[in-house]
Amino acid sequence: MGELLRTSEDVGIWEHRGKVALVGRGHSPVYRRWDGKDMTQTLGALSILAAKAAMEDAGVTPDQIDGVITCPGGQSNGALMGAPWGPGRPYFAAPYDTEDGLSKVTAEWLVRELGLKNVKYVNSDGDNLFMMVGQGAQAVGDGKCNNLLILYPAGNLEGRYQQNESTNAPGPTQWTNPWGWGMGIAYPFAEYCRKYGSNHDRMAPFILNSRRNGLMVPWGYYALHEPYQLTTEDYLSARWICEPLSMLDCDRPVQASACYLMTTAERAKDMKQKPVYVLDYTMSSNRPRSNFETLEDTEAWTDAMARKVWKGSGLHASDIDVFNPYDGFALFTQYFLEAFQWHGVKRGEAHDFYAGDISVEGPHPLLPSGGNIGTGRTRTAIFTDCMEQLQGRAGPRQISGKREIALAGGVLPVNAGWTVFSSIPDA
Amino acid sequence: MPRPVPVPDAVSKPFWDACNERRLIVQRCSACDRRQFPPEATCRDCGSEANLEWVATSGRGRIHGAIVMHDSRIKMWQPLQPYNLVGIALEDDPAIKFMSNLPGVPVHEVPVGAAVEVEFIEASPEQLVPEWRIVG
Ligand SMILES: [Zn+2]
Repeated sequence: MGELLRTSEDVGIWEHRGKVALVGRGHSPVYRRWDGKDMTQTLGALSILAAKAAMEDAGVTPDQIDGVITCPGGQSNGALMGAPWGPGRPYFAAPYDTEDGLSKVTAEWLVRELGLKNVKYVNSDGDNLFMMVGQGAQAVGDGKCNNLLILYPAGNLEGRYQQNESTNAPGPTQWTNPWGWGMGIAYPFAEYCRKYGSNHDRMAPFILNSRRNGLMVPWGYYALHEPYQLTTEDYLSARWICEPLSMLDCDRPVQASACYLMTTAERAKDMKQKPVYVLDYTMSSNRPRSNFETLEDTEAWTDAMARKVWKGSGLHASDIDVFNPYDGFALFTQYFLEAFQWHGVKRGEAHDFYAGDISVEGPHPLLPSGGNIGTGRTRTAIFTDCMEQLQGRAGPRQISGKREIALAGGVLPVNAGWTVFSSIPDA
Repeated sequence: MPRPVPVPDAVSKPFWDACNERRLIVQRCSACDRRQFPPEATCRDCGSEANLEWVATSGRGRIHGAIVMHDSRIKMWQPLQPYNLVGIALEDDPAIKFMSNLPGVPVHEVPVGAAVEVEFIEASPEQLVPEWRIVG
């Protein structure tokens, strides 16, 4: 994993504030899984589509690209493969003669297959997407490259992943598996409901709103494959995974790739799209105080993230027009919402807020991207939406009112990167 | 009941050995006066190794929270679904948490806040692990 940057509680204003910009985004179609056979749907093939689309979007040619950053994508979360996979499996003709290009995509592979001739910054060791956007912005700000492709491949093979058949519990699992622990994200949510007098049913409006927004994302999994809205009844009858976490609180793992083009503010002026300036990024990596994450941990960590974003950007909650906190799992988005106090939401108030008007047409358009719940586990919908909202090309998802500043971040309360974007460089 | 058997390592061996003697111990940093669990090679707060010691606990605690597993990724647990996943806060220092299934207590009937005490059950004939039961 890459180096985490800007992690301190005393983080100052970013030295490259407004000097770096997103200028292009590209998405492959989103599939549920790769069947191991269709060579048009390998992670490599989808990444080529995404990268070409990002360059086309920005009006940048391959010869102008001088940087590529990606991270170990592959199977969801780098998890154990569901199907028999890995060394010993048959490979294909080049460029699919190793795992690279199939279930993962390195920057080197992309450079080679796109025939990029002028790349001087190649980094396959980015951290998760949410950190990698910050790492990319720092690389451009520091002058390591000028036109950077940020690639995020998200893979999903046949079978169930992370199934643990061991009768032993070595390493970190010695503290969890003897008691069958797992899906610990449900635990602080249960605490939350007890502390603030809420319940799981009250998540329904948020889930439905995210699906609705996701259906307005043309490349998303649901728009492409299951283009219908969920009902409250669907949500309330979803099977439990780890009560109070149900199937519909989980994002669907998908086979997809997305790519962004980041450049300097100076160069961005002459490109095809309205620049989306990066004002700030910060990163956080936490550990539970004891054996598992509690609500106390969760609230403290997310409060600290919000403090860092405000210190790092010089902005306040009331400045954030477009708010895209991560949602895979949906049960933790509320902690981000309350920590950042977006639209004044304080601890314990998220579910009341969900019960109000959070639609993109209304006064409180929460997660206008639809997030993972609305588009599948591409993880990238939140960044693409921040761009499109600030550029005024979010189509039916376009929120009304002021749209100068956007905030997106994830992955989890325990480990997150947040990035602040703006349509004006000195906002 | 069969369950994954913890594999002690250099750091955790004293803990698991103590379990086999039906004692629940945790690490304490004498410099910070803080307990920590799970054990680590160094103090989480000051980074010291020399000041870490193993200390006894009261073996008493309270039920801090509970969820119900319906679809575990751990094969050995799947036949037992749905089952309790319960967090226990140690009486000596409630920030220290243990996991429990609260054997004998039906799912959805876990009394959060109730007092519990440790017991030790077999994960294998060679290894006891801590479990908890409601007191009184
Ligand atoms: Zn210490």
